[in-house]
Amino acid sequence: MRVEPFDRANPDLSKRDSGSVKSVPPRVPGFYTLLRTEFTLAVRRRSDIVNPLLFFVTVLAMMPLGIGPEPEMLARMAAGLIWVMALLATLLSQESLFRGDYEDGSLEQLALQPQPLYFPVLAKVVVHWLVTGMPLALLSPLLGMMLNLGEAGYWPLFVSLALGTASLSLIGAVGAALTVALRRPGLLLALIIMPLYVPVLIFGTGAVQAALDGYGYGPQMAILGAILAAAAALAPLAAAGAIRISLEN
Amino acid sequence: MSWQWFHRLGSPRWFYQKTSVWLPWLGTASLLLLAVGIAWGLGFAPEDFKQGNSYRIIYIHVPAAFLALAGYYIMAICGAIGLIWKMKLSFVVMRAAAPIGAALTFIALFTGAVWGKPTWGTYWVWDARITSMLILFFLYLGVMALSGAFAREQSGDKASALLALVGTVNIPIIYKSVDWWFTLHQPATLKLTEASTIDPSMFYPLITMIAGFYLFYAWVLTLHTRSLILQREWRTQWVRELLGQSAPAAKV
Amino acid sequence: MSAQPDTATNTVRELTLCVSGLSCERDGRVLFEGLEFTLNTGAALQIVGANGAGKSTLIRTLIGTASDYTGDILWQGAPFPKSLPELRTSLLYIGHNAGVRRGLTPLENLAWYGASRSDAMMALDAVGLYGFEDVLCQQLSAGQNRRVALARLYLPDPAPLWILDEPLAALDVAGVASLETQMRDHLQRGGSVLLTSHQPVDVAPLEKLNLADFQPCPEENLEQAYAS
Repeated sequence: MRVEPFDRANPDLSKRDSGSVKSVPPRVPGFYTLLRTEFTLAVRRRSDIVNPLLFFVTVLAMMPLGIGPEPEMLARMAAGLIWVMALLATLLSQESLFRGDYEDGSLEQLALQPQPLYFPVLAKVVVHWLVTGMPLALLSPLLGMMLNLGEAGYWPLFVSLALGTASLSLIGAVGAALTVALRRPGLLLALIIMPLYVPVLIFGTGAVQAALDGYGYGPQMAILGAILAAAAALAPLAAAGAIRISLEN
Repeated sequence: MSWQWFHRLGSPRWFYQKTSVWLPWLGTASLLLLAVGIAWGLGFAPEDFKQGNSYRIIYIHVPAAFLALAGYYIMAICGAIGLIWKMKLSFVVMRAAAPIGAALTFIALFTGAVWGKPTWGTYWVWDARITSMLILFFLYLGVMALSGAFAREQSGDKASALLALVGTVNIPIIYKSVDWWFTLHQPATLKLTEASTIDPSMFYPLITMIAGFYLFYAWVLTLHTRSLILQREWRTQWVRELLGQSAPAAKV
Repeated sequence: MSAQPDTATNTVRELTLCVSGLSCERDGRVLFEGLEFTLNTGAALQIVGANGAGKSTLIRTLIGTASDYTGDILWQGAPFPKSLPELRTSLLYIGHNAGVRRGLTPLENLAWYGASRSDAMMALDAVGLYGFEDVLCQQLSAGQNRRVALARLYLPDPAPLWILDEPLAALDVAGVASLETQMRDHLQRGGSVLLTSHQPVDVAPLEKLNLADFQPCPEENLEQAYAS
């Protein structure tokens, strides 16, 4: 931020208003301002970033304890397990996506602005993905190694998770916006959003499986990309509508 | 005004009074068709040379599966009408359609499992159709849970309508992806329900059953909508008159 | 509604909010009905009423986040909801939840509302938060958080229509006095203020509107319904 000196004794009054009210268009925060604000908030709430990751790692570490340490069995299940856990970690972290803004009234302030809610929602989702989905994808090869995933699967696992979690964040934002006015939405959010995650899960694990079986995984990635494009266009619109519904509650 | 009929249609009272007239006819017609279809399908249609008599469950399974999906679209369209034109009645129909659709989805799943035992030797296979049906069931449950979660009725109406619409956009993608997933994991040898290979003598009773199910669905949906209307409008004068109450009841 | 056909083309706009025959209900209960008032430029209106009388619902209806009403709301002579975007461009609204992000500093909060650093510093100085501009709002008291929200009223070129829900809540005596001065200045510049408050507000010209006067009597209501 550019810091201008502020002289308290002699404030610069040259830019003060002329003494009559005008209907000036309200100052709308631009997309960059929205992104920067969201990012600042996310970095300051560090536990919100760390907890989904810890959840992801802890639950995956439980898996061999539950299903047994046989390397072949783990190798067969690794991709699916990692993907399902990534799904849960995204979902759990999404409950708080709009909650703070709803409770302090800034969501209401945003909804009053003439610009559509599409961009504020998109900014929130982008930051959510940057602090949740992206770290999950970065961690995934490590967990793949622990679960005996074949080496051929590391790269497709990372790419499919990076693409897929972005779609998950977008779709989940609709659910988060629909339930933001409810006091304890946790399980309800999972119930309404899980079925919508199905295509992403199928093509994400499909890509890894194809790579492990020695086939090309281009088509699955292309479909994941297409889902992401469609979700980026439509999900913020639906979430914006849901926010207006929730604000009316 | 050309819009008058539309707004009258949106009036719960008008709907209630009109449907009082249609209702007996609808009920009679649907029960008649169902009776004919069941007798025809179970008693007179020929036995399948491969599956024996167990195939006859399609006379329940297929119509239920048809309506389970159609019911979701009916629910979503009602939700959309409610959101766009702010029509109260439309939300009531949407709410009424959700549990009926969920019940039909459950029937389709249950009959599918019962059919699976003699055919595949197991109650549950992760077949593409069954899996899609299961996800559809979850979608219904989500809409029902969300509509019931709000203390304020209008918020529940709008939120669940929006969720139903989002689901509508997703259903084709979900169905396609599950199809793809199934062909990936299992060779397509289990497809016994190809409708195109069915013999006419088995097909006509099926058509009768499907028509009967549609009418039955309309009948139950109307009945359920009417009861929801009475619940919602119990404060109004016409409902009190209908219930034969001379003075306002003290239930708040 | 047809009385002022060319208000949109008029350059000197009459920023008038006019409400007639307004009734709002919530959860099937009528909060108030037949509400009438006109808020002209240079005038202030204080909405009073007991808890649950519908003050917040009225405000939410006026800013357009609640749409469950019957009656007419006119902004610059044009009816809702068509004129709602117009109203919002001239609106400065501070709600019950004041729109202050607890994870940001007062300075960052005002920057989010589009204020430059020097303007924001001046506004924060005016509400007595000089020296607190870089402290996270979650570390400030309730009254200080309220002041951060109210600092928006001290930014240059404020929007002409102020709608304030309980602006005096959690403020100390000096804060109330300063806010009243700021509102008087705003009225003198030709702005208008609509506020809810339980305590008296020393601003002139001030009109008072008691929502209790527009409350339907439940018994009477039902008897009338039966008679008709």
